[in-house]
Amino acid sequence: MTFVGRSVLHTLRTPDALVMAIALPTMLMLLFTQVFGGAIDPTGGYVDYVVPGIILLCAGFGAASTAVDVANDMKAGVIERFRTMPFRAETVIAGHVVASLVRNLVATGIVIGVAVLVGFRPNGSPLEWVGMFALIAGYILAITYLFAAIGLAASNPEAANGYGFFLMFLPYLSSAFVPVETMPEWLRPLAEHQPLTPIIETIRGLLLGTEIGQSGWWALGWCALILGVAVVLTRVLFRAKAGRR
Amino acid sequence: MDAITVRGIRKSFGDNAVLRSIDLAVPAGAVFALLGPNGAGKTTLINILSTLVAPDAGTAHVAGHDVVREPERVKRSISLTGQSAAVDEVLTGAENLRMMGKLSGLDRRSARRRAEELLERFGLQDAARKRVGTYSGGMRRRLDLAISLILTPPVVFLDEPTTGLDTRSRQALWDEIRGLTANGTTVLLTTQYLEEADQLADRIAVIEHGTVVAEGTPDELKARVGGGEMLTVSDDAGTVLAELPTDGTLAGLRRALDGLAGDGLAETDAASVALRSPSLDDVFLAVTGAPANAAPAASDREPALASPKG
Repeated sequence: MTFVGRSVLHTLRTPDALVMAIALPTMLMLLFTQVFGGAIDPTGGYVDYVVPGIILLCAGFGAASTAVDVANDMKAGVIERFRTMPFRAETVIAGHVVASLVRNLVATGIVIGVAVLVGFRPNGSPLEWVGMFALIAGYILAITYLFAAIGLAASNPEAANGYGFFLMFLPYLSSAFVPVETMPEWLRPLAEHQPLTPIIETIRGLLLGTEIGQSGWWALGWCALILGVAVVLTRVLFRAKAGRR
Repeated sequence: MDAITVRGIRKSFGDNAVLRSIDLAVPAGAVFALLGPNGAGKTTLINILSTLVAPDAGTAHVAGHDVVREPERVKRSISLTGQSAAVDEVLTGAENLRMMGKLSGLDRRSARRRAEELLERFGLQDAARKRVGTYSGGMRRRLDLAISLILTPPVVFLDEPTTGLDTRSRQALWDEIRGLTANGTTVLLTTQYLEEADQLADRIAVIEHGTVVAEGTPDELKARVGGGEMLTVSDDAGTVLAELPTDGTLAGLRRALDGLAGDGLAETDAASVALRSPSLDDVFLAVTGAPANAAPAASDREPALASPKG
């Protein structure tokens, strides 16, 4: 708990991470709906299509700073002190993860609010909203843990920041912004089978009533898989980096 | 009763044998200094005793607990202040102390009270609500030490506590370290400075190349370099021509001067004569017959050996 408080304080003290997590996706959304939107879908319905993708993009941006936070903790002498105190030093990672979850859910709420202002008209039932937030929370948890592992693997905070950018690229190669069917033949399998597409399709279905089909299970499966791998990876890397030598 | 016992501890990192069989006994309530140059193995020994590093061989007990078999019990009995200040730069001084208090198991109110006490004791009240990122080196070190004293553990490890500090901060920190033993705390510190060990320690172990080359009280060690100041003779260019130990008496100084003539040093060559405090190098020379930095430093981060002017 104390570590969660610490990480939340960190977030509030470094507002650039929070601004980045909210402002950037919001600007991208405005860009896509107001600037490109007319060309992509002249009837003005593009906002409904793109919002679920923006929500995931937002979660990605927000989680990325976890990699830098974790790398910073491993660099400083702080971790050595934690390791000589009578608790599991790994809980410092959990603190960052929970703080990221809170931070990103707040950011998601704000992004949805702005989306409604520019014409997003979801028709999900309360239950579907709950389901959507649960799925987004699961996705944030999974990707945050992945970023935590990246933070541990990176040799310094700057490198952690760099590796993170790779993951942020994934949403563009999914059905987030344009339907997969419009992509060239060779790209389609990648876009269709990468983790983000089913997650986005599920959110779309929950909020707008489009066809979910198998996407729901794929979405849950991907989140669970990413989370599982990332947790194991985090543990192994933590042992390697901050275990007894 | 010994607070720390070390028997036959060895540790290598790859081919680099950092510790080659160390034996030590630190009496409870004492300030014990590990004195040695960069790469001597001081930090590695501290890390083994604070459960951060596992030894390759040998046994060590801290506050009666085996560091290999009972690390959790050892952790409950110690605090470590490492070479790089383990403070959270984004938080304020008060927040750092409160957070570490809560992590140490204090409830919110006790953590708050303890933080205020320590801020006052270490002269940090004025900076309590400022972010640690804005602190000076001395303030960081003081906060770092304050954090490690939140629970007043029976054994406190200080790894080069004053390296990089100015004279005034060093003096202030020395006073705090001296005060620790007043309530029975045992302090094991590492230093490169004979003067610091002399000022603080009840006993000193001189470490070089991973072995203890001398151990005793500060007076015993200084007696091995003559017990007084060093007489240094230099030429015009500042090159040291001769160095001789004195024992602090006029007769000793005269003997040293006579010794110069015995060395065949022509008086016309000597441009200046000076007396200086014995340094770590002098102790090493006396104990091992070789200068301390004869071997290249391998693992430590600190810059070259130097003696602070107190």
